[in-house]
Amino acid sequence: MRLINRHPDRGGRLLLILLPFALLLFAYFAGSTARLAENPNDKLLPGAAQMVDAVQRLAFTEDKRSGGYLFWQDTVSSLGRLGLGIGIAALLGLCLGIAAGTLPLLSAPLSPLLTVLSMVPPLAILPILFIVFGLGELSKVMLIVIGITPILARDMEQRAREIPAELLIKAQTLGANTWTLILRVVLPQLLPRLLIALRLVLGSAWLFLIAAEAIASTDGLGYRIFLVRRYLAMDVILPYVAWITLLAWLMDLGLRQLARLCFPWYEGAKA
Amino acid sequence: MSFIQVNNVWQEYGDQVVLERLNLIVREGEFCTLVGASGCGKSTFLRLLLGHERPSKGEILLAGQPLVAEPDASRGVVFQRYSVFPHLTVLDNVAVGLELPRSPLLGRLFGNAKREARERAAELLRKVGLGHALDKYPSALSGGMQQRLAIAQALITTPRVLLLDEPFGALDPGIRKDMHALLLELWRETGLTVFMVTHDLSEGFSLGTRLLVFDKVRHDPHAPNAFGARITYDIPLNSDRRAALPAPLAERLQSQLQGA
Repeated sequence: MRLINRHPDRGGRLLLILLPFALLLFAYFAGSTARLAENPNDKLLPGAAQMVDAVQRLAFTEDKRSGGYLFWQDTVSSLGRLGLGIGIAALLGLCLGIAAGTLPLLSAPLSPLLTVLSMVPPLAILPILFIVFGLGELSKVMLIVIGITPILARDMEQRAREIPAELLIKAQTLGANTWTLILRVVLPQLLPRLLIALRLVLGSAWLFLIAAEAIASTDGLGYRIFLVRRYLAMDVILPYVAWITLLAWLMDLGLRQLARLCFPWYEGAKA
Repeated sequence: MSFIQVNNVWQEYGDQVVLERLNLIVREGEFCTLVGASGCGKSTFLRLLLGHERPSKGEILLAGQPLVAEPDASRGVVFQRYSVFPHLTVLDNVAVGLELPRSPLLGRLFGNAKREARERAAELLRKVGLGHALDKYPSALSGGMQQRLAIAQALITTPRVLLLDEPFGALDPGIRKDMHALLLELWRETGLTVFMVTHDLSEGFSLGTRLLVFDKVRHDPHAPNAFGARITYDIPLNSDRRAALPAPLAERLQSQLQGA
């Protein structure tokens, strides 16, 4: 049988999914054990015990100086910034995208502008953000917003253009004005696509968040990672990275489930 | 009095002339079928009637008034594809036609008004044979059912003109026959003026009270786009059905034919 026609069965599939993860973990812990055997104080590849220790210290023991639980504080402030940034960007991107994709009079000035703006590397203007918005929360949220809004807006514009002209004409023959046409035809058709676009920009959003926190912050997951880097504390960094990955994965899963739950028509309509 | 009057209409895209010197008078309640080769401009003519495009020259009058140059609720339309909203259930697809004109701010009705709209929509849907599928999404319907839905959707606003752009082109012959019966029944009940573009000649002959053939009369082999299509044949059909039109209308048609 040709390779292209061979499919894994249920059990085989699960095995194939887990295999690369298992290999990665095995490779890491094999290396870690080898290094620790040579030098029990090695910091570069900490073993499971050291990482559990670090998590214990940060997540489940009160910090002596601040009296809080650093791990959870970092998580809450990072997620707050991320949520706020993504929320604002989604709203802005949706509005801009609909305006540029539906109304020819707004498309003319908006489309080229969005194209140019999306080419500006957001990290290059991070200093400007710090100068303009200060070192507080605002500049970090703004970096996320500025980083992903143009991408979202351009995607939404493209999706809005993909709505068949027949549907827009149809809505007009049913008595819609421009506003109600957008409200009842364009917007509901774009919302599931917005969720898909959000899943795709989630990675960038995290990147901008960590970058902003690394440079100017007093808490947050990115701040902690870059802080303990000075002590070569891989036993903290690795669990933090794993935690960020898990959070990002959960958000992705959540967005997918949300799309499935709220827009049951979408899967069928694509076919 | 003529209901739709087309006066010396030309439609050109750049150098390409699609329609030339089009003159037509259509009485209210007629069922016109438009046939012709691909690319001869019959769909263009339909778009002109719809207001989606504006004629390059000439004018179209609807009930004596110049046609509004954008689609509105006076003209219903059914396309071959993409006629129904994929994000609305069957019931909402039709009810939306009652909600949109009455709610210019939110595009939806609430409470009693909403219930009434949905009841009226459900009634119409039962008539076109979709009473069992009110809560389904269009993607769960077959092609024929989707076109039934599209027709119901176009009729809910009680337009004066119904424009059909190859509505049954993608359906298989058995379903097509059912759709013909449905369409004729609705046409008889509502007294609508219908324009239907079709590639199927027998469909054109059997459904209409009038067959309009679009074709080019002038050809320049060196400049194939220099001349546009005209209505080359205008054939009255199905005299029994024309006789069943409201009496004064049928008389007017008869006298027009005798004059012709």
